[in-house]
Amino acid sequence: MTTLYLILQLAWTFFIIGAFTIGGGYAMLSLIQNQVVVEHPWISEATFTDIVAVSQMTPGPVGINSATYVGYDVLYNATGSQLLGVCGSLTATLALMIPSFIIMLLIVKFYVKFRSSKLYAGTMDWLKPCVVGLIGAAAVILILKTTWTGFSPTVQVVSDNFPDWKSWVLLASAFAASYWGKVNPIYVILAGAVLGIILY
Amino acid sequence: MEKKVSLWQIFTVFAKIGAFTIGGGYAMIPLIQAEMSRRGWISDEELPDIVALSQSAPGVMAVNISIFAGHKLRGFKGSVAATLGSITPSFLIILAIAMFFTAFKDNPWVVRAFKGIRPVVIALIAVPMVNMAKKSCKSWLHWLLAVGSLVLVAFLNVSPIYIILCVLVIGFTVSYYGMKKEIPGQARNDGEEGR
Repeated sequence: MTTLYLILQLAWTFFIIGAFTIGGGYAMLSLIQNQVVVEHPWISEATFTDIVAVSQMTPGPVGINSATYVGYDVLYNATGSQLLGVCGSLTATLALMIPSFIIMLLIVKFYVKFRSSKLYAGTMDWLKPCVVGLIGAAAVILILKTTWTGFSPTVQVVSDNFPDWKSWVLLASAFAASYWGKVNPIYVILAGAVLGIILY
Repeated sequence: MEKKVSLWQIFTVFAKIGAFTIGGGYAMIPLIQAEMSRRGWISDEELPDIVALSQSAPGVMAVNISIFAGHKLRGFKGSVAATLGSITPSFLIILAIAMFFTAFKDNPWVVRAFKGIRPVVIALIAVPMVNMAKKSCKSWLHWLLAVGSLVLVAFLNVSPIYIILCVLVIGFTVSYYGMKKEIPGQARNDGEEGR
């Protein structure tokens, strides 16, 4: 019974994530992270970071890949059954896509009207900067953890992701390589793995 | 295009596209173009429209593109076939890794590799953010929205869903009245289209 409840909870969570993701895969990461790390205690920051890494290295969109992985992990961790893990990944992946389906089919119907609508463009003008902030928050949450006791916040570095100064150097060099060097993300991650083995 | 494309064919073509898309939606565009124009399924003029619409709808762009393109070929059934096709390869790969990784998670080599990977991943999240900021933050109001959302989510633990809902309502209302009264300076939308 609790397993069924968990599957339903997973389906609902990912349905909502699918419906509220505006701005593609990386924007979706911030929603997934908020739901599965912060709202529900399903996955730790460190595991989530690993999941994102795997999702970036494998084919397919980052958002969908993370959902597949998270779905598996949530049910596998709760039950210890690989079969239920597969059910979890199916549930999360499909639930994530249903809102896109409904909305895209509507858009296809009213496509021309929709595209030239000033109202739509105006609303998006407000939403896009917001998405920038949400993606930024996804990155910040993986670096800093804020806990509130009453009105006083405590900000701590997520030590699983940043155990020492070498991690910060890796962060800065990866950013430089990807942003200015335009190096393919797969190679950046592979370089990170090699450096991790050498440095630690 | 007179001949009806079979659902199986749609599925396999999109599975092929899905298997070779590494790095998300944008990486998919050249593959879609190659596979679909070659078969005469879409024209080169249609592609930018499909991409623009898929970007603006909620969800993952690659899935939205598949829904749209599949719909064009065979209606609703076509969009189901295309979407399932494009996600099946990555689904199977991720599933295999998820099952495999639990067994290898504590291997010292894997632990060390992931110690190096984690900070890198965060940098890779920051890069698309900076690129998007350069494109969509053009005024102090935009920056306020961006920084405000970041602070609310990252430090005050507010759910991104509430932020999107609020900004959606505010943005819609402002644009609606802006249009009615034609106030200059509000809801500027030029230069935003056709990306």
